[in-house]
Amino acid sequence: MIVIQQNDFDVGEEYKALVADDTAAGAVVTFVGRVRDLNLGRDVLGLHLEHYPGMTEKSLQAIVDEAQSRWKILRWKIIHRIGDLHLGDNIVFVGVSSAHREDAFHAAEFLMDYLKTRAPFWKKELTKAGSVWVESQEKDLQAAKRWE
Amino acid sequence: MITVLFFAQLREQLQCEKLSVELPADSSVTGLREKLIELHPTWLEFLASDKLLFSVNQTLVKASHVIQNGDEVAFFPPVTGG
Repeated sequence: MIVIQQNDFDVGEEYKALVADDTAAGAVVTFVGRVRDLNLGRDVLGLHLEHYPGMTEKSLQAIVDEAQSRWKILRWKIIHRIGDLHLGDNIVFVGVSSAHREDAFHAAEFLMDYLKTRAPFWKKELTKAGSVWVESQEKDLQAAKRWE
Repeated sequence: MITVLFFAQLREQLQCEKLSVELPADSSVTGLREKLIELHPTWLEFLASDKLLFSVNQTLVKASHVIQNGDEVAFFPPVTGG
């Protein structure tokens, strides 16, 4: 399930939903991305997250479809927050369950690598010197290229 | 008629979120970009960036992609979510 929301999420609740009544799920990987205090030397006070409604969901579904064609995934969920976020706030949740850990680890990492380079979200950082749009990073593109 | 959307930093630079434009048949995304610069010469420096991404009907495409009447085209900077 893909969820785009302003509200926070509860990792415990998400984990429970990933495994509820599913004794085939021998492995669960969850990832949470958070607002960090220091980015590329800038003191960050908070973030504003913009997205392209409609395309966001469509692109994430395409990424999930690709993951499901590569690994055996039992259940999955992606949550991405939008709007104004503060230091330490959760930004993104990716959870994957599978029979074995290899599939769950790989799929979760793939979902995040592709989300970061293909899903239409943009971060604007609020810093003491004003607000700045975050630039994409070469390391993220390289991370996504590993899966080609 | 084509609907064109701009997002994030590009939206702020152009001071435009959405517009509609008529295009000749078989125009590509590159053709649309040229048309927009013709209509708004000050947009040149922002639309000329080779880092911009484009989507047609909410799917990422290359600049050579041919646009159909009624399509929704978006221009935006590289994505930075996650």
